[in-house]
This record gives sequence, structure tokens and C-alpha cells, in this order.
Amino acid sequence: MVGIVSYGFYIPKYRIKVEEIAKVWGKNPEDVKKSLQINEKAVSSNDEDSLTMAYESASMALDDLPLKKDDIKVIFFGSETSPYVVNPASTILGEFLGIDHNYLAYDTQFACKATTGALISGVSLIKSNFTKYALIVASDKANAKPHDALEYTTSSGSTAFLLGKENVALEIIAANSYSSDTPDFWRREGIRYPSHGGRFTGKPSYFFHINQAVKKLLDKTNLKPSDFTYAVFHMPNGKFPREVARSLGFSSDQIEPSLIVDYLGNSYTATALMGLVSVLEKAKSGEMILLASYGSGAGSDTFVFKVTSHLEKRRKTFRKLIEDKKYIDYPTYLKFMNTI
Amino acid sequence: MVSLIGYYTTQFGELWEKSLSDLIEEAINGVLKNTRLDKKQIGAIFFSNMLAGVLENNLHTVSKIAEILGVNIPIFRVEAACASGGVAFHLAKNYLDANPGKNVLVIGAEKMTDYSPEETTSALASAASGEEQEAGLTFPGLYAMMAQYYLGKYKYTEENLAYVSLKNHYHGTLNDKAHFRKQITIEQVMSSPYIAYPLKVLDSCTVSDGASALVLSSDRNVGRKEKSEIKVLASETANDKISLKERNSIDEILATEISADKAFTKAKVNRKDIKVAEVHDCFSIAELLAMEDLGFWKKGKGGKRIKELSTMYGSDGDLIVNTSGGLKASGHPVGATGIKQIGEIFLQLTGQATNRQVNGAKFGLAHNVGGSGGTAVVTILGV
Repeated sequence: MVGIVSYGFYIPKYRIKVEEIAKVWGKNPEDVKKSLQINEKAVSSNDEDSLTMAYESASMALDDLPLKKDDIKVIFFGSETSPYVVNPASTILGEFLGIDHNYLAYDTQFACKATTGALISGVSLIKSNFTKYALIVASDKANAKPHDALEYTTSSGSTAFLLGKENVALEIIAANSYSSDTPDFWRREGIRYPSHGGRFTGKPSYFFHINQAVKKLLDKTNLKPSDFTYAVFHMPNGKFPREVARSLGFSSDQIEPSLIVDYLGNSYTATALMGLVSVLEKAKSGEMILLASYGSGAGSDTFVFKVTSHLEKRRKTFRKLIEDKKYIDYPTYLKFMNTI
Repeated sequence: MVSLIGYYTTQFGELWEKSLSDLIEEAINGVLKNTRLDKKQIGAIFFSNMLAGVLENNLHTVSKIAEILGVNIPIFRVEAACASGGVAFHLAKNYLDANPGKNVLVIGAEKMTDYSPEETTSALASAASGEEQEAGLTFPGLYAMMAQYYLGKYKYTEENLAYVSLKNHYHGTLNDKAHFRKQITIEQVMSSPYIAYPLKVLDSCTVSDGASALVLSSDRNVGRKEKSEIKVLASETANDKISLKERNSIDEILATEISADKAFTKAKVNRKDIKVAEVHDCFSIAELLAMEDLGFWKKGKGGKRIKELSTMYGSDGDLIVNTSGGLKASGHPVGATGIKQIGEIFLQLTGQATNRQVNGAKFGLAHNVGGSGGTAVVTILGV
């Protein structure tokens, strides 16, 4: 059985409300909230970046595990906001964590699905006995151009997953991927903020790819939406996951526990996986979870997970931790994001 | 006499999978099929487009149309901002008057939704005066000033304007080629976000992709074979100062008044004879001004009359306006709009308007405006 042995997450304590951003730009906050279905988002401080947050989440994932330093031979780091364009964050993370140096490391890039793709690779490397454990980390200090619609949603956060064969808490039953050349969101070399195609990011991009990937996964596994206790979709805003869930036949009860975007925002590579973390706080042994990530450019990775009894030992407190928060104003937000 | 013998329009909307050339090709092939004409029977083409040069570095489009169609006939590109279509039609009619016995194709096309709202808004603002552009005024801002002045002068509220959107969105539900096919309520219009006070999102038309084509003919042999043939009784155009500050009044569009008076005189038709009209409703205020400037409603009465909804399909009104959904619901692919307006009147007068057919209409009018009133074209058609 291959799957997730342990997991961790990190969410910075700072939050900014939609109202605070909207008032700067003369927008009616209620219109923004209605349109994006988001209330506030998490913001990392100016002494935090995707790498420091990755260290926090990975540390939580590895905490209390009786691992030898040499057991982890794979470290993958997925991000859209890696501190370096050239120079791997995965090796710095390995060094911070004190992992022995016999590991394969690389940083992955595929917009918001950089890490779910790495999860699929990690599973293969375990199945092929390349490694006993693989550490797969998603981390982003997601930025947006001031006054762009993205500014209301882009947030900070990190998730980390240790894959392995023994004492698996979340079995990976099946995975699938669907990709095409659909440039809906991009950031070119040397450009500070991402660009996006407005509504083009919706129907032909997010909705099309997730629909295709989920339908093909259900066909492949001979499963139907009602077989799952929970479903988790990538959350660029609060509206898209609710719509795509409805169109695929999932109920609001199935997705509601995963909808962290409403109060944490979209931390790019970490978003869908943070939804999974939220679900794992309450999931019970035997329950099935569907996860569909989305990465602009574009593609969707889908997974069927099954919760095992080992989750009890690895379960992390989520809701209570994220309630420890501090609201900041817009100038502080700009400072924390290194915009000013 | 010049006749209108066929019409075709593509879907209007966010057509991301189609290029400007794709839209042009579809519209030309569509109208040739509808008229059962061979491309060899077309003597000239008038092409209406505003933004390809600005947005996609795409000029000399006439040669590209020659390539698409495989013809060596004269092709002319016409640009008059949002009135490009109406002016192209006007020139095509004049061309036929000077070259009798020919068929002329008029096509309008625009690609707008592949670009960011900032790029498209900026490109559209190229139709405003230099001073207005320097002041940062875009068309929503210009029409907002006209609306604010109108509402203040005649003691109306924003709700009066909302009825234009309510009506045109209802018409959009009846037009399968319309960009928006969703009925909206007065409450939804009133609660939509402001674009430029007092105009809100639902007071404003959208940017769209689309292409529409017509065939005009003075070839008596071709015309007689066609069941669907209507007469072009008048096509008149006038220009005016583009700067709002240079105008005597900003609650009327002089170019519309001049074009309308000339067109009605030329067509020998009374205003009460017009049963269907497509008027330029880029913003809700524009339809009220159009109805007054065209002489259908008295000056200052538009705000009151629109609330009666007598111009809505299904009412017992004498004149039904914007059955296509108007620019508001049908969408506004700038170069195609003026052609689609005339095409909609063609459908109405030839009994092809299906679920929005206005019965008994013998005369119809199309009204196309460029900029905030720097150009206007009024076309009157009759059976």
C-alpha cells in the first residue's frame, strides 16, 4: 500500500480582509465577496517566504516520526514563488531538515498544480523502490499586482506530505492527469506579477481540465461521486470549486469541509492540498476522498484517497490553529509582500 | 433602387477559439449561402472594423479578405468607431447607386475578448477626443456625464435607466445569437456595481467577438429571384464634434437628429410608420437619447416612456425597439454592430425573426452611433 504516511501545514498568522483591499480601490466589498466568495486571506510577513513556510510544514509532517536520516531519498518542492529562479529550494529544505544527502531533489513548476504532479512522481519512485519515503512540499507566498482582481485572493501557505509504504494514513488508490496547452495564467521571466486571461481562466481552463480529469479518473476506477465522503478541488476563489463540484455531481456537504479559500485565500500550489488537510481533521477510517488540483497552462491532477486507521495517530489540529490570527491593514500588507 | 437580399451573423460572445479571419470567413460564407450567390457574383466588399489595427497589429485587412475569399474585386475597410458598420453600409449603398447592376457584400467583424479589459478600454478610447483621452475619460465616463446631466435636467432617477436594460435583456433571451441570454430584474440592475456614476455594470453593453454580413443588390435579376428582399429606402449619416465640451447640449446627439431628419425625408416615411427599430444602446442612457433624437419620443420624455415598456416585444406598443437584444444583451463587437442592427431589421421585415417576430412591420429603422455622438448613421428599410 502506497500513500501518505504523515502530513503537515503552515499558515501565517496575518490576515487581510476583502473590505480592507476593496476600500483602497473604491470597490464595494460586498460585490467583491459575492463575486469571488471570499472573506479574507492569509498573508505571510516580510521575514517569511515560500522556503521558510515549507520548512514549517515539512517539520510538522516529520515531527514524532521514527525516521532515520537516510530514509528519505526524494525531496520535491513545488511552488510558483520559489525564492530563486535558479538554485533549488528543495536542497535548502533538505539541509534545514537535516536529511542525509543521498536524496534526489528537484523543484517543480506547473502553476498551482506543481506539487500534485510531484506527488504522482513520488508514488512511482516508492513503488519502484527508489526510496522508502518521499517528502513532497507545496509552498507559496502568492503575490498579485496591486488593483488586480487576484489581489483579493492570493495568499500564503504551505503543505507537506510524506509518502511511503508503511503505516499509511491515506492510501492513494488511483491518480490521473489531464493536460493541454491552454495559457490562461502566466508569469514571464523577469516579470514581478502574474498575468491572467480574465474569464478565459474559467470555462476553457479551470472547468474544462478539472471536468476532463475527474471524469476520466471516475471511469478508470469505476467510481461515482456518491462513493466519496469528501471532494477537494483547487480553489482560485470560492466560486469555482463550488461550481465545478456541482457540475460533476458532488454535493455541497461533500466539498464544504475543504473550502478553506473562503477564509485563507488561494495559496497557489498549497491551496487544494490545504483543502485536503482541512478534510483530514475530521475524516474517518474507510472514507474515500477525491482531490482535483488545477494548474494554469493547463492541467489537472486527480486522486482517489482512502483513509486508514493510521490517520488517528497522524491527525493534525487545523481549525483551532488557524483561529490564531491577526488582521493587518493595506499598507502593512504591501510591506509584508515586499511591494513597498 | 438598392435592395437588401441577405443576412448572416455569427454567434456574438467570448469566442476565444476563433480569430478575426475565422469570423470573417464564417460570416461571408454564411451570407453567400443564404443568398445562394457565388462569390463571382459579388462586385465589391465593404469591411467594417475598428480595433484590429490597435489591438492585434492587423491592418490592410482588405487583402486578407481577398485571400480568404479568393477574389480580386475592390474591397474597402471602413472605420468610424462604433458606427463603422453603419457607415460601411452607407458607403456600399452609395457605391451601388454609382455602379448599378451589381451585388455588394458588407461585412463587419471585431475581436475584442482576447485582450485585457484595460487594453480594450484603452483601444476604444482612441475614438474620443485628444483632450478627453488626456483627462483619462473613457466612454463609460463620457456617457456617465451625459446620463448625469439628463437625469438631473428632467428629474429622473437611475431606475428610469434600468428599464432599458430590463427590456433589452428580455429581447436577448429570444435571440440565439445574443451574447447574453439571461433575463435580469430592475433590482439586479440597481444593485450592480458602478462603472462610472450613475452608470452601472448592467447599464453598460459588453465587449464581444462576432461578425455579421449583408448583401446589397441593384442587380434586378438577382433581386427578383429572392423572396427575402427589402428596399433600402434611406441611409444617411452625419458627423459632429466629438468633444462633449464643444457641444451645445450633451443630452442630445445632433448627428443623430440630422441623419434621422434626412433619412425620413429621403425615405418618404413618417416616424409612426416605423414598427421595428434597432437603436444604439451602448449604455442605457444612449437608448433614451436615441429615441428622443430620432423623433420617436419628445425631448426629456424618454425616462418616463421607457418605464411603460411599450417598446418591449409582447407589449401592444406601436414601435418595438432592439429586438436583437441591442448592444446591451446581443453584445457589441464594434465593427459588426451596425451590420447586425440592419440585419435584425431585415429579419423582421422578411418574417424571419422567429420567436421575436413583430407582426405587420413594413418599415424599420437602424441607428448606429460612433464615439459619444461624433458619427451617426440612420438607415430606413421597407418591404
